[in-house]
Amino acid sequence: MGNRTIIPFGPQHPVLPEPIHLDLVLDDETVVEAIPSIGYIHRGLEKLVEKKDYLQYTYVAERICGICSFMHGMGYCMSVESIMGVEIPERAAFLRTMWAELSRLQSHFLWMGLLADAFGFESLFMHAWRVRERILDIFEQTTGGRVIFSVCDIGGVRKDANAQALDKILSVMDTLEAETKELTQVFLNDSSVKHRTCGLGMLSGQDAIALGAVGPMARASGVDLDMRKLGYAAYGKLSFEPVVETAGDCYARTAVRIREIFQSIDLIRQCVRLMPEGDVIVKVKGNPDGEYFTRLEQPRGEVIYYSKANGTKFLDRVRVRTPTFANIPALLETLKGCTLADVPVLILTIDPCISCTER
Amino acid sequence: MNFIKKSPWILHYDGSSCNGCDIEVLACLTPLYDVERFGVINTGNPKHADILLITGSVNEQNIPVVKQLYEQMAEPRVVVAVGICAATGGIFSECYNVVGGADKVLPVDVYVPGCAARPEAVIDGVMRALAILEEKQKTARCKKGTQEGAGV
Repeated sequence: MGNRTIIPFGPQHPVLPEPIHLDLVLDDETVVEAIPSIGYIHRGLEKLVEKKDYLQYTYVAERICGICSFMHGMGYCMSVESIMGVEIPERAAFLRTMWAELSRLQSHFLWMGLLADAFGFESLFMHAWRVRERILDIFEQTTGGRVIFSVCDIGGVRKDANAQALDKILSVMDTLEAETKELTQVFLNDSSVKHRTCGLGMLSGQDAIALGAVGPMARASGVDLDMRKLGYAAYGKLSFEPVVETAGDCYARTAVRIREIFQSIDLIRQCVRLMPEGDVIVKVKGNPDGEYFTRLEQPRGEVIYYSKANGTKFLDRVRVRTPTFANIPALLETLKGCTLADVPVLILTIDPCISCTER
Repeated sequence: MNFIKKSPWILHYDGSSCNGCDIEVLACLTPLYDVERFGVINTGNPKHADILLITGSVNEQNIPVVKQLYEQMAEPRVVVAVGICAATGGIFSECYNVVGGADKVLPVDVYVPGCAARPEAVIDGVMRALAILEEKQKTARCKKGTQEGAGV
């Protein structure tokens, strides 16, 4: 055994905009063990449900995470709607699906940029974020916000998209598809990029299941796990197949996310074409009473929303199981045996969202 | 605006924000807003930084981290609180693990409002911080001058 050194990684680290702390136990250059410690951005949002009523909490739920904010609001609304037996209008379901897929798109572009930054390809980072701004423009046009929209509400959505806006979305999707093809060629075919991702951080399908990995992390190891197949919102009416790769390394995870970008573009087109006419919100009366589990697919994987209500306007409990939390055990497993220089790339391969994890 | 006198380097720390403001801070650096053309660089090293951008509220666990980062920065230094959480705690102010805005631990010079703060607002905040930075530099020079004068 050589010299064992412990290198602290974070909480303030140039690679990650968010604070997470890892103690990396090294044997020379090789990581033997990684010990995470979290809690730098814990706010206590689940307890806040005692102070904000169930309608106000929608806006708190959106602020669990700013990257997939729409999907958090949507998950919470779906759970409360199920308790109250509220049937949302069909147009609202399609709009929710459309915004959810747009959120997935911007999140994957954001991740691509950060990954490029992690392996030192600065101009690729810039290009990914340049393309991402197109999606933010759509958000701004249809909801009024760039990252936090506050557009999801119990009973439907608070804003409607008119025909002109929907046409605009279709035309942006065409440009986006062309630009994405050009951009993702670099991730998939460039030899210097492949040198950093191929064969790195292997996770077998069995390990992925045993460690409870979700989302692209599991799908890159050949586990066919996509909550959108449950058919919530309007997903039941759209045709798509989960993206699965089998290699289980960083390259496969990159490939899964890149193929998901094209899948999302396709889903958004389907949504716009199938968008029914009608109202976007129904009035909700009374208070919820009961409990419900909602599962939905975020860009990072499956998120679970559990709500328990007692017939008053304050809920008893809201519990959120976020995808990054589920992926941390798998991350720690893949970190073992890698070199110190590969740690940033490996951490980004799970697309960490610490803000969701700690709430 | 064609040029700025100084190119400030920025240190960004995420207090306990929801990521919304963080990605907007990052968006300032990317091609649509591109503050790097003015030489504004997001550095990871506190000793290189002139401006500390803090997003999100502070809590018991990150207070020592925030203080340490601030103390490591060289004088003159300016603190910009980005977003409503960094100003007062915002929607999270009632949470049990939130102490409050960044001004509970640091002397904040500029507050940037918004949830999430828009990139234009963040850039505006940095420009205002730059003016304060220059002011601080001047006073520091004057002080030094008088001290040296007194010494003679």
